Amino acid sequence: MIDMVQNQNNTVSAKRRRILTIIACAAAVLFIIVADKFFDRFSLRVFNLCAIYIVLSLSLNLLNGFTGLFSLGHAGFMAIGAYICALLTMSPAQKQINFYLQPIVPWLANVQIPFIPALFLGGIVTALFALLIGLPVLRLHDDYLAIATLGFAEIIRVVITNMQNVTNGALGLKGLPKYSTTYVVWAFAILSIVFMIALIHSAYGRSLQAIRDNEIAAQAMGIDVAHVKIVSFVISGFMAGIGGALLGHLMQTIDPKMFVLSLTYNILLIVVLGGNGSITGSVIASIVITVLMEALRFLDGPLNLIIVQTNGLPGFRMVVFSLLLMIVVIYRQRGLMGTSEFSWDSLAKIGLLPRIKHNERVQ
Amino acid sequence: MLACNHTTIRFGGLIAVNDLNLKVNDQEITGLIGPNGAGKTTAFNMITGVYKPTSGTIMWNDTDITKLKPHQITKLGLARTFQNIRLFSEMNVLENVMVAENLRNHVNLFESVLHTPAYCKREQSATENALSLLEQVGLKEHAYDSATSLPYGQQRRLEIVRALATKPKLLLLDEPAAGMNPQEASDLMEFIRKIRADFGISILLIEHHMQVVMGICDRMYVLEYGNTIAEGTPMEISTNQKVIDAYLGTDNEDIQQAQREGEHA
Repeated sequence: MIDMVQNQNNTVSAKRRRILTIIACAAAVLFIIVADKFFDRFSLRVFNLCAIYIVLSLSLNLLNGFTGLFSLGHAGFMAIGAYICALLTMSPAQKQINFYLQPIVPWLANVQIPFIPALFLGGIVTALFALLIGLPVLRLHDDYLAIATLGFAEIIRVVITNMQNVTNGALGLKGLPKYSTTYVVWAFAILSIVFMIALIHSAYGRSLQAIRDNEIAAQAMGIDVAHVKIVSFVISGFMAGIGGALLGHLMQTIDPKMFVLSLTYNILLIVVLGGNGSITGSVIASIVITVLMEALRFLDGPLNLIIVQTNGLPGFRMVVFSLLLMIVVIYRQRGLMGTSEFSWDSLAKIGLLPRIKHNERVQ
Repeated sequence: MLACNHTTIRFGGLIAVNDLNLKVNDQEITGLIGPNGAGKTTAFNMITGVYKPTSGTIMWNDTDITKLKPHQITKLGLARTFQNIRLFSEMNVLENVMVAENLRNHVNLFESVLHTPAYCKREQSATENALSLLEQVGLKEHAYDSATSLPYGQQRRLEIVRALATKPKLLLLDEPAAGMNPQEASDLMEFIRKIRADFGISILLIEHHMQVVMGICDRMYVLEYGNTIAEGTPMEISTNQKVIDAYLGTDNEDIQQAQREGEHA
């Protein structure tokens, strides 16, 4: 009976939808394999960066878009994940080269574990930090929460800068092993997407969205709001930690200056442009924005705009993003996708896919 | 069932509700009326755990619920609606009701994400429950519409259904007829009576529409400036001089009309 009601809204049959989904997944995997084989080093790096931004933007969207918690602490979470993973995977010799100002603390000097356990450890420790910071700050709302989480991120950065014998301070860590291969980063991106879809389309996801839509009503419906918020914050922290660690191992060098507020803003830009509360939006925006950030690099160099000639304005490409953000905020407040998601039905509705035949509908 | 014993709440120097002694009996419709700012919604907020009383206790059967959090109180079987509609705006009608179903399903993060067979089974039965509930109140054909696209009266109704989905023993309605025209208000009266009959629950309601309260309440409390100035049956209330002076004023057309209706019924 339920199927009958739902079928009224469908324009693509269940069987057809399943086939299309399998084809799309196969095509995506094939594209990743082809990219890994044939892309030049620069393009491949951008391509992998897209995957990391998918992990990061989904993690921020879980807070901002699905739970309604305005958090600006992502750079802090990423820094924790990146440093812990880096310190655990670097070889003792590499650490010695890095720590020339002050030797590394003895208990860290000879530690070296494989990448995947280190990555998860980075994520788990970040999640613990999220729990610790979440307990007091999640009592706050809106802008106050944003300021508190922002403060947290800055504290993390300052602490890292000053823990010379653990993090190598402002010098940063160089020569991280290149573990963030195409397959690794895209595996995590896909894992994040699958996880988010499963979470959001579940009873627990409904609780999250209920809190976003109306916290007081959610409470009155028997949802333990404080608990659910913390869980969401911890999951988001875990994903951000993983994302940070992957980024570190892609760049192969990390330093505290990398994890400034503008990093959080880049992710926030993706979330807002893609649609606060849309997994599809975050995925699309992650790819588009990351590619644009690189493709628009020519704007930073000397330009000949016929009337005006510039000889290199570093950061000029960011003006494009600022303009884009303004246009979106004025004309399409809810971003590219709003809170809607991709579905084969919506493709059929806008005419990109043939509609279901009438006799197919009744199964 | 529900008993407020000398419940008082102060906000700074203001005594919002003073020495409230309110009782709701099994399967009874109890009304709470009073002029604006009399402390009716504050009383509701104390009962449902949004505010903690400064002094006094609130008992639910034999449990002291004075210090419990809102979600714990809902679990014990008290569900409420709000004066200004608070639906989950980005969700459809069915999902709104399904949120309340979570309460009894012991939703757990890992099972949810992994979609375990046990979880799917519960989810399936939750969907069926929600749909049958919607059918009972005539909202089934809107199940997949966005909650905020419903007309005003139906949004109110949906809010009540959502509260019912938590399977309460006491339903607290905060001005359910606010902003309704006489026709809608009388439909609502019918609806509230039907709920009590179908679900066998008690109802405590705040209302301004005299027609509604006088028509359906078994007993009433009248608040003014935080003090309880009268309690009794609608008949007793409508003839109580204190109430007429304080609240109803000299112009009590509504009451007379309600009285007439009461006599007819």
